[in-house]
Amino acid sequence: MSAGPGKTGGRIAAAFAGARGRKRCALIPYVTAGDPDLATTRRLVGALRRGGADVVEIGVPFSDPIADGPVNQRAADRALGNGVTLRSCLELAAGLRREGAPPVVLFSYYNPIHRMGIGPFAQAAARSGVDGVLVTDLPPEEAGELHGALSPAGVDLIGLLSPTSAPDRVAKVCALAGGFIYFISRTGVTGMRDDLPAGLEGQVRAARRAANLPIAVGFGIGRPDQVRAIASFADGVVVGSALVRLVEEHAGAADLEDRVEAFCRSLAAPLGS
Amino acid sequence: MKTPDEHGRFGPYGGRFVPETLMGPLRDLEEAWKAARSDPGFLKELDHYLKTYAGRPTPLYRADNLAARLGGQTRVYLKREDLAHTGAHKINNTVGQALLARRMGKTRIIAETGAGQHGVATATVAALFRLRCAVYMGEEDMRRQALNVYRMRLLGAEVRPVLAGSRTLKDAISEAMRDWVTNVRETHYVLGSVLGAHPYPAMVRDFQSVIGDEARLQILEAEGRLPDALIACVGGGSNSIGLFHAFLGDPGVRMIGVEAGGTGLEPGRHAARFAGGSLGVLQGTRTFLLQDEAGNILPTHSVSAGLDYAAVGPEHAHLRDTGRATYTHVSDDEALGAFHALAELEGIIPALESAHAVAWLLREGEGGRLGSRVIVNLSGRGDKDVEQVARRAGEEAGGA
Repeated sequence: MSAGPGKTGGRIAAAFAGARGRKRCALIPYVTAGDPDLATTRRLVGALRRGGADVVEIGVPFSDPIADGPVNQRAADRALGNGVTLRSCLELAAGLRREGAPPVVLFSYYNPIHRMGIGPFAQAAARSGVDGVLVTDLPPEEAGELHGALSPAGVDLIGLLSPTSAPDRVAKVCALAGGFIYFISRTGVTGMRDDLPAGLEGQVRAARRAANLPIAVGFGIGRPDQVRAIASFADGVVVGSALVRLVEEHAGAADLEDRVEAFCRSLAAPLGS
Repeated sequence: MKTPDEHGRFGPYGGRFVPETLMGPLRDLEEAWKAARSDPGFLKELDHYLKTYAGRPTPLYRADNLAARLGGQTRVYLKREDLAHTGAHKINNTVGQALLARRMGKTRIIAETGAGQHGVATATVAALFRLRCAVYMGEEDMRRQALNVYRMRLLGAEVRPVLAGSRTLKDAISEAMRDWVTNVRETHYVLGSVLGAHPYPAMVRDFQSVIGDEARLQILEAEGRLPDALIACVGGGSNSIGLFHAFLGDPGVRMIGVEAGGTGLEPGRHAARFAGGSLGVLQGTRTFLLQDEAGNILPTHSVSAGLDYAAVGPEHAHLRDTGRATYTHVSDDEALGAFHALAELEGIIPALESAHAVAWLLREGEGGRLGSRVIVNLSGRGDKDVEQVARRAGEEAGGA
C-alpha cells in the first residue's frame, strides 16, 4: 500500500517522522477545549509542548459524548457551561498555530461538524491551521463526505481502529485516513485503567503491518510505565483522561501549568529523547 | 415494502454513526437478524412466544362512545397494544431481540428506558430466557416512573440510575451504548425503538410490524375495507412505524404521527422534533433532532417520559419527506385531557404516550373530518401514569 497524495506532506506526518528519526514513539496528549476555560487551555498546550508533546489533541465538547467515560464527560460539561463551541475551538486552534504549538488534532463528535456544515467546517479548519480531525462516531462507511472536503483543504482525517475491527477494515480505514491511525486499545469508553489489555501488542503489530500510516494507541493509558510498554510496539501513544483529571483537580491553582508540564515530561521520559 | 439500503439509509436518514468498536458487532447483529428473519424455525419460535406468552393478537376494539363524542360520523378502532403482556407494544420487540441474542450466544442483555415500559419488557424476557439484564434509566425518569422501577427489580433486572445530562431517555441511551461498547462480546443491546445505528431502526420496525399486520386483517374482517386514517404517537417511533408499515402500500390510508408538544414550542418545553428540529446525527443515526446552533442536543420536555426524547426514528423523517405520513403534535394538557376522556368514555386508561394519539383524534376528528373509519394505536396502558396524574391533579388543586 502506498501513501496517497497529501498523506505524507502534513505537519502530523512530519511530527511522526521527526519522532521516528529520534527512535522515539510520538507522545500525543489530549485536553478538552475550554476546561477550565479557553485561555487556560491555550496556556496548557504551551505546557504540553514544553513537556515533550509531538502532537496535541484538542477535545471539542459535546452534549452527548457516548464514547467517553466520566472524567471526559465532566470536562465537556464544564466547557459547555463556559459556552465553548466548535467555532471557539477553531479560534483556539488558530491562536495555537500562531504561537508555534505542535500539530493540532481536533477530537470531536460528528454532530457539531455536521451542524456547521461539512464544507464550511473544512474551510474553517484549514484557515485555523488545524492539522487533523478525529471524529469518534464517524466510521469510514459514513466519512466520505467529510474526507472529500478535508482532503483538498490539506487537513488530515485521523482513522480509527479497535480490537473489534475485522482485518478487512484496516484497508477501509486507511483509504480515507491521513496523519496517523488511532488504535483504540480496548472495548470501552475513555478513562484510566490499571492494566493494558491482553493481546494489544499483537493487534497493533498486525495493524502496523497492514497500514500505510503510523499507529498511535490510546484509551486507558495514563502512566509512564504504560507509555513505555506501548512505545515498544506502536508509533505513538495518546494520553487523555489522566491529563484531563489532573486539570480538573488543579483548575485555578497557580501551578496548574507547571503540573501539566511535569506530568507530560514524566510521560515523555520513557520514550527517550 | 420500503426497506433501508445496504448502508441502513432511508433516503438521507439513518446510517451507522458509531465508534469503530461497534462496527463489527453491528455487522454481526445485522447478519444474525437477516438470517433469523428468513429462518422458518426462528419465525415459528417468535410466533409461538408472541401468541402464548405476549398475548397476541391484541384486539382491535370499536370504541363507539369515543366515536359518539366526535359526532358519530367516524368509526374509531383502538388497536389494543395496552392488552399485551407487560402493558405495551414494547414486548413485541424484546421477545424478538431476546431470541436473537440467545441465537447469537449472548448471555447478557441491556436496555435503556424512558417511561419504563421498554425496561420492563426487557427485564421480562431476560427472566423468561434466563439472561442477565441491566436497564439504564435517567434519575428523573426513575422518579416519574417509580412503579416500573420496582417491576424491573421484581423481574430480576438491575436498574442503573443515570445521573448525566438531563437524566432522561437520551442520557439512558448514551449510558447503555457505553455499557455495550465495553461489554460487547457477551452483551446484546436491546434498543427499544426505531432509533440508533443500522440495523436497529429496520430490525425494531420488523419486530413491531406485527401490530399493523394484525390491524390490517382485523379491520378488513370487521369492515370489509381499509381505514381512512391511522393515528399513533411518536417518541422514537416504534409503535407508529409498527402500525403504519403494513399500510404503506395502501395509498388511501392516511398516516398521522403525533409528537409531544409539551408546554409550548420554545426550546426545552417540548419534544416535537419535526416542529422545532433540524437535521443532525445523534446516537448512531442521522435524523431530525432538537439541537442548538453549535450542534449540542437541547433539553426536551413532555408530560410523558416515553416521548421525551430529542431525536425521531430515521424512517419517520423519510416518510415525512415523501409525504407518505404527516406529523403533528399535541400539548401536555391535551394529552392529559385525552387520558381522562378515554377513561371516562371507554373504561380504558391509556398510557400518557398513547393519550397523545387520542388527543389528536379528539381535536381533529370531529364531524367526520378524518373519514368514516380510523385506527388509533393504543400503544400502552396507563397504570404506570396514574400516580403521576393524581399527583399533578393534587398539585393543581392545592395551588388553585
